[in-house]
Amino acid sequence: MLQFDDLRLRVGGTPILRGVTLEVAAGEAVGLVGESGSGKSMTVKSVVRLLPPGSRTEGAVRFDGVDVSSLDAAGLRRMRSRDVAMVFQDPRAVVNPVRTIGDFLTEVLRDQGVGRTEATRRAARALSEVGIGDAVRRLHQRPYELSGGLLQRVVIAAALLTGPRLILADEPTTALDVTTQEEVVAILNEQRAARQVALMFITHDLELAAAVCDRIAVMYAGEIVEVLPAAALHAGARHPYTRALLNSRPGAVAPGERLRTVPGVPQSALTAPPGCVFADRCPHAEARCREVRPVFDGSAACHLLEAR
Amino acid sequence: MTRASLLAGGHQPDPAALAEIRARYHLDDPFPVQYWHWLSGLLSGDPGTSMVLKEPVTALIGARIGNTVLLVAYAGLLILLLGVTAGVVAAVGGRRVDQALTVITTVLMAAPAFVAAILLIWLFATTLSWFPVYGSGTGFTDRIHHLTLPALALSGGYLAYVSRITRTEVRAELAADHVAAARVRGLPRWTVLRRHVLRNAAPPIVAVSGVTVAGLFAATAVAEQAFGVAGLGSLLVQSAARQDMVVVQALSLLLVTVFVLVNMLVDVLNAVLDPRLARAGAV
Repeated sequence: MLQFDDLRLRVGGTPILRGVTLEVAAGEAVGLVGESGSGKSMTVKSVVRLLPPGSRTEGAVRFDGVDVSSLDAAGLRRMRSRDVAMVFQDPRAVVNPVRTIGDFLTEVLRDQGVGRTEATRRAARALSEVGIGDAVRRLHQRPYELSGGLLQRVVIAAALLTGPRLILADEPTTALDVTTQEEVVAILNEQRAARQVALMFITHDLELAAAVCDRIAVMYAGEIVEVLPAAALHAGARHPYTRALLNSRPGAVAPGERLRTVPGVPQSALTAPPGCVFADRCPHAEARCREVRPVFDGSAACHLLEAR
Repeated sequence: MTRASLLAGGHQPDPAALAEIRARYHLDDPFPVQYWHWLSGLLSGDPGTSMVLKEPVTALIGARIGNTVLLVAYAGLLILLLGVTAGVVAAVGGRRVDQALTVITTVLMAAPAFVAAILLIWLFATTLSWFPVYGSGTGFTDRIHHLTLPALALSGGYLAYVSRITRTEVRAELAADHVAAARVRGLPRWTVLRRHVLRNAAPPIVAVSGVTVAGLFAATAVAEQAFGVAGLGSLLVQSAARQDMVVVQALSLLLVTVFVLVNMLVDVLNAVLDPRLARAGAV
């Protein structure tokens, strides 16, 4: 349904994505993990062309076989309004602060020609589906009257309301209280799975990604270095970077021990070397790792794995 | 110079006239008593009688307030319609439009009302003869015709100011995350502009416009004087020149009252536009 085909993105000459190839099937949940600045967010935003000014893309993002960069204004609007929905990091920032929850939930439906009464009825139902009681009262409230967790559920309800086939979730729990994070993700996943909606889920939390997603794509310096089934995250991780990330989780060491980290500093896509992007921090790097860029073979991009 | 001789107009009047003035204005009474005379008069609807024109202040104001209200309404309308429109267009219309409007607003802001008045008289009244150069007119359309040039002269600088504020506020909202989110939800451009950009930019624009329009009542002094409109502004200037203290005092009080009332109205309106303000205890 969704294909990234060697997607490259530059913003004002600065490379952000350096060749992202990935497929998302209908109803599938794909997690995107990686350090800050690895290009997860831009990958997801390129689906709905939510790119900063001065962006230039090469390669393609195809939704249902149609290159999204070829869509005209009306086509893009139709895709954004009907096919793809987005859940952002901070619900406080993305819900208009001066309008009511009801306005927020119904405005896309109203624009699609749904009558006011029907739109309100559907909005109330969507709120109860994401576990918000007293829906009618909530519809008349404004964002500042709701907690962050509750507001993110409203955003999820709004995303599901228009019946999309793909939801893009860009770190939907980062801005939330730790205690509400799991709840919010559980609701998002439960509802989208029930509707067979595909999901691209960005997170820093490997465990969370493994729990929610079918497959996990690991990004580093604007490329995908490994894609693996979520169930095989621990046993099946092959790329040295993925293994380093897994090792640096708090659960990887005994309580009281010093946490492990990935040595070195994150590589930016701007200064990416000619060879493997991870070579500078990789404990197993060899000479050719620094010279020749490894080819992504469908599951990982690493010279050391080819040899085996 | 004593207060009595000041009230007599700065001349050297004879002692009998001075005594008469002292008696009429209770100048020999202690200060609190004098204040009480003034305050009780004001509260009972009689702020006094002009010392120079020998007419009740209420009659002087009553004869002129219609012109001033009409002029302020006219100028206020121009400021809101043209200023806000120009600001929105500058914010969303691309770089060329923005630059052109910046040049225009800079010129308007730099030109004081009396310079604008002279230019307008020269162009529209003397050269083109479209509008009368002097007077207030009779009947509604004739008055509007007479007040067009004064309203333009009066609104110029404020219009530019409101347009700049509008541009800044609209720009800030355009960059907001919730506006990007609204776009990503596939809402049409115009809907996003109206419901998310303009709606959210409105409170500061309303606040600035309100203070501006409230200040227009005082600013009418220059425009009315320049175009010979019989209004409160020209009355204030003339009374001040004639040292007609009773009139100046009453007019100042009136202007301040109007300013406070309009500001209060704006605050209430803002609380309606942005309910967070009412909750934060700003009203």
